[in-house]
Amino acid sequence: MPAQFNNDSSDGGGPWGGGNSNGGGSGGGGGPKSPWGEGPRRPTPNRGPTGRADFDDFLRKSQDRLRGSLPGGGGGGTMNIPWLPIAIAIFGIWLFFTATYRVQAQDRAVVMRFGKFIETTGPGFHFKLPAPIDTVVMKKVEQINSVDISGGEGASENLMLTGDQNIIDIAYAVRWKIKNPELFMFELAEPEATIHEVAEAAMRAEIGRATLNDAIGPQRAQIAEQVRQRMQEILDTYRAGIDVRGVDIKQADPPPAVKDAFNDVSAAQQDAVQVINQSKGYAQQLLAVAQGSAAQFDAVYAQYKLAPEVTRKRMYLETMESVLSKVDKTVIEPGNVQTYLPLAEVQRRRALPSPAPATPVQAK
Amino acid sequence: MALTRNPIAWLIGVFAILVLASATFYSVPETKQAIVLRLGKPQRIVNAYDAKAKFGDTDAGLVVKVPFLENVVYIDKRVLDLDMPQQTVLSTDQRLLVVDAFARFRIIDPQRMYQTVGTEENVKEALARILASRLRNELGRQPFAALLSPERSTLMDDIQQSVNRQAAQYGVAILDVRIKRADLPTGAPLDSAYARMKSARAQQALTIRAEGNKQAQLVRAEADANAAHIYADAFGRDPQFYAFYRAMQAYRETFKDGTSTVILSPNNEFLHEFEGRSNK
Repeated sequence: MPAQFNNDSSDGGGPWGGGNSNGGGSGGGGGPKSPWGEGPRRPTPNRGPTGRADFDDFLRKSQDRLRGSLPGGGGGGTMNIPWLPIAIAIFGIWLFFTATYRVQAQDRAVVMRFGKFIETTGPGFHFKLPAPIDTVVMKKVEQINSVDISGGEGASENLMLTGDQNIIDIAYAVRWKIKNPELFMFELAEPEATIHEVAEAAMRAEIGRATLNDAIGPQRAQIAEQVRQRMQEILDTYRAGIDVRGVDIKQADPPPAVKDAFNDVSAAQQDAVQVINQSKGYAQQLLAVAQGSAAQFDAVYAQYKLAPEVTRKRMYLETMESVLSKVDKTVIEPGNVQTYLPLAEVQRRRALPSPAPATPVQAK
Repeated sequence: MALTRNPIAWLIGVFAILVLASATFYSVPETKQAIVLRLGKPQRIVNAYDAKAKFGDTDAGLVVKVPFLENVVYIDKRVLDLDMPQQTVLSTDQRLLVVDAFARFRIIDPQRMYQTVGTEENVKEALARILASRLRNELGRQPFAALLSPERSTLMDDIQQSVNRQAAQYGVAILDVRIKRADLPTGAPLDSAYARMKSARAQQALTIRAEGNKQAQLVRAEADANAAHIYADAFGRDPQFYAFYRAMQAYRETFKDGTSTVILSPNNEFLHEFEGRSNK
């Protein structure tokens, strides 16, 4: 850490310059201590705090030595030259990657210097101080998160008491997004757990004001909106930096244990409608029959009025003809004969299957 | 020999600088408050909570201390979560309710908090204890309906205030106390609530069916009345002819199947001409 810090403070110079100036200042022999300084394994006779003039000399010597020594004592000094440029190049690349950052369109970047908040930057390409000094945390401010608040089928989390002391089985989700990244990061220890708990508290408070029938049916959307507002209020008092976008009630039913009873109510409603429909059908039918009969009577009566005697006689005779042609007939002179009515035979005949009575009729 | 001795000395030097630097500098993030202790005695607080300070204007960041003599204890600066275990409360009308509450708090006086309880965990424990007993006391004084009603929020405010007084001695401020859940305990109370719901629904179903039947009967009665009115209108013009006309229809209908036996007297009007006599 301190080594890198020093690198930065002598910004223009390469790693060597930074390392050396530091080494000189602290008076130790640890001049070339930067990560690329492993090279000088040679003993330095005049090691120790001997002053600045000596130090430049020492630096030059040690660099020479570095060039000479690294290939393992082989004579070819020219082979060693690339080490310094490579080191500078590596350092440059490192500097580039650690001192710049890109923010995607849906993100905001929170920049902190040793943990202290500096700024929040929007999308684009930005510079910062290198790695250990400035750190950047991306927060997705455009992304809408969704938290499901339900513990599965019939779990106790879902069962709530309504204002009329009934129990409702409710499952819902909360949609939220980060409104203010720095508040979101620095104000709440556990933002997501907080959302969860605040949602439960708000939902229960609202359900506790509603009746079961309202919560199941017509006021669902209204309750959801009230829960959203209440959540937003509570979170704002925490300065949570969270924007509650919406609360979606996915399910608001009577609990499974009493579902049958509720279904029976809707069945009863169907039954009632059915009975009423049947009675209306009956009424229509009855009316039609009555109107038909009345019309028929009117028609006949109109004719009857024209010739009452004849019409009456005709109708009587026609009816009798039709009736008596089908039945057994016995003509008895009253008074003259002692009448014997063979009831047994009459009843036996009646009990016979339908073709049987036809026979005596035809036989006559 | 010299080859090895020298780099070791350098390494030691580097190491010494690292140690010295890390003992001198420390960084305080925005989310923490730092208590600097000199030989165990609280000396100063860095980045202490200040409601008015904006992020960026705080004392967070890289800070210097006296190496080796002073050390740093970090205390959370954020709003912390206190989730209490469920507890059963008996309301004044002798009904049981399972209450699950939570609180949000912040350590506003880290030094006091450090001296009284030491760690955040201990603070939570102490607060949970205070809050639990407070909740039970306050809620136990309410009727069942009040625990469910909107009046609850004022109740919660009272609880928060009284807990805050006790929390202050730990250097803690309670921001909010809320009931997350207030439910009937499982078992008999829940079952009886279900039974009540069922019976209420059964009653509703019966009422609906009965109402349906009533409507149906009214419709039928009205239809009967209408039909009677129509018949009366038509047939009332000549009751005698109607009696005859209707009798004829009835005869046809009655003797339709031909299984009857009819015994006739020759005096019958139908047989009036049977004997060929002219009685005109």
